[in-house]
Amino acid sequence: MEKYSLFKLFNHARTYNENWQRAWRSPVPKSDYDVVIVGGGGHGLATAYYLAKVHGITNVAVVEKGYLGGGNTARNTTIIRSNYLWDEAAQLYELSLKLWEGLSQELNFNVMFSQRGVLNLGHTLQDMRDIQRRVNANRLNGIDGVVLSTAEVQARVPLMNCSPNARYPILGASWQPRGGTARHDAVAWGYARGADALGVDLIQQTEVTGIRRHNGAVVGVETANGFIGARKVACVTAGNSGVMAAMAGLRLPIESRPLQALVSEPLKPCLDTVVMSNAVHGYISQSDKGDLVVGAGVDSYNGYGQRGSFNVIEHTLQAICELFPSFSRVRMNRHWGGIVDTCPDACPIISKTPVEGLFFNCGWGTGGFKATPGSGYVFADTVANDRPHPLAEAFNIDRFYSGALIDEHGAAGVAH
Amino acid sequence: MLQIYCPYCKQTREEEEFSYAGEAHIKRPSDPQAASDKEWGDYLFFRKNPRGIHHEMWQHSAGCRRYFNVIRNTVTYEVLESYPMGTSPSEQPAHAATISTAGELQ
Repeated sequence: MEKYSLFKLFNHARTYNENWQRAWRSPVPKSDYDVVIVGGGGHGLATAYYLAKVHGITNVAVVEKGYLGGGNTARNTTIIRSNYLWDEAAQLYELSLKLWEGLSQELNFNVMFSQRGVLNLGHTLQDMRDIQRRVNANRLNGIDGVVLSTAEVQARVPLMNCSPNARYPILGASWQPRGGTARHDAVAWGYARGADALGVDLIQQTEVTGIRRHNGAVVGVETANGFIGARKVACVTAGNSGVMAAMAGLRLPIESRPLQALVSEPLKPCLDTVVMSNAVHGYISQSDKGDLVVGAGVDSYNGYGQRGSFNVIEHTLQAICELFPSFSRVRMNRHWGGIVDTCPDACPIISKTPVEGLFFNCGWGTGGFKATPGSGYVFADTVANDRPHPLAEAFNIDRFYSGALIDEHGAAGVAH
Repeated sequence: MLQIYCPYCKQTREEEEFSYAGEAHIKRPSDPQAASDKEWGDYLFFRKNPRGIHHEMWQHSAGCRRYFNVIRNTVTYEVLESYPMGTSPSEQPAHAATISTAGELQ
């Protein structure tokens, strides 16, 4: 791997930037691997990277039906935070946030992680009580968080309508200073480049069409380009997890739904933090490029078409315009929908399955981007050691039979 | 925007008049006292979630407020048929053909 540095930049500039090495190879698949990871998004690539880096398992392939990071990794609003209510979820997302903090150095790739802080607005007395409870729970878990008053919120976000006469009056907010945003595709590319350098094969444009089993154990995956043998198969396919599970004769407690987001034309810097509101189903931040990134709620019905209902974005933009009256004349540039795998308790499933050698990491629903490094880290550990990572234990699929659900609808809710 | 036919009102109306109520034809365990944790878990949480033809329930919440079943393609969002609760869809063979082209996985 060619290490990126200022010196390299200078040297390549001298030769008209014509000799940059490719960031990763395009290998021909081998006939057999120790681990095949299905899905080349952020979570899958992170899993491959940590399998190679932490566990020394380098005979690994990542099989992706499109291109790397082309699914939900490229279809989110890039918000990163760890202020979840319950211990299990908070610790998992906090591990992720800690990995984010050193990720650019670790991968030698600028993921543009910007800790600009995340505000969760409270509009009612009950919102404020929930915020207080969540911030207290966070602090007990060693996660930073502060409850802000209306005046403090107004001082941080001057453009927001904090007047008591607003349609959605702001009574206060929770504030996580370490939260922020990152460049979405840089994360996928950084992990891909890191994994490739450690010997992982990244196989793009190859759709998995079946999971071959023998005596109740996985022996490999059928793909559009032929069979690939594997001792272990790890599925990290987000919205298509149900389709993958059906290939192995399993069912999951997951429903796939479209989640929409949209970006505006680029503006001069006007919003230097992330503003989220569960009550009005909207969240907004400004990217480094200048465009406003707005996230909407999830559609109420199942769907795999990567687009969403118009009434959902209409509702979100109506709320954003109430919060930020000055944005009412901003023109929207692009709009997209990603297929999120929603779980009944808004928490992921990181689990072994009844099929030996088959693992699933899914159910991240509307908030998987922030968890990319942590998800890959604990899933790699789970796959390598054939037992759940201590932080992943609670996210076993058996919780839907035991009843030990981790109800994060309050913290995950809509806003990501 | 989906256009859904309500079999009670006998009218095709816009999606915003309706509320989604999840997968249809899920049977509650017949003997609740005897059902195992596995059966309860399957009943409560596990879903088919197909990529293709989906049988689902909708409520006409801004209309007659009654529940009914809909067959819809989850990829093209085409609404194929609406039928009242307690009945079966009319054209099984036609749906079977659509299922194979849309690639639903059983």
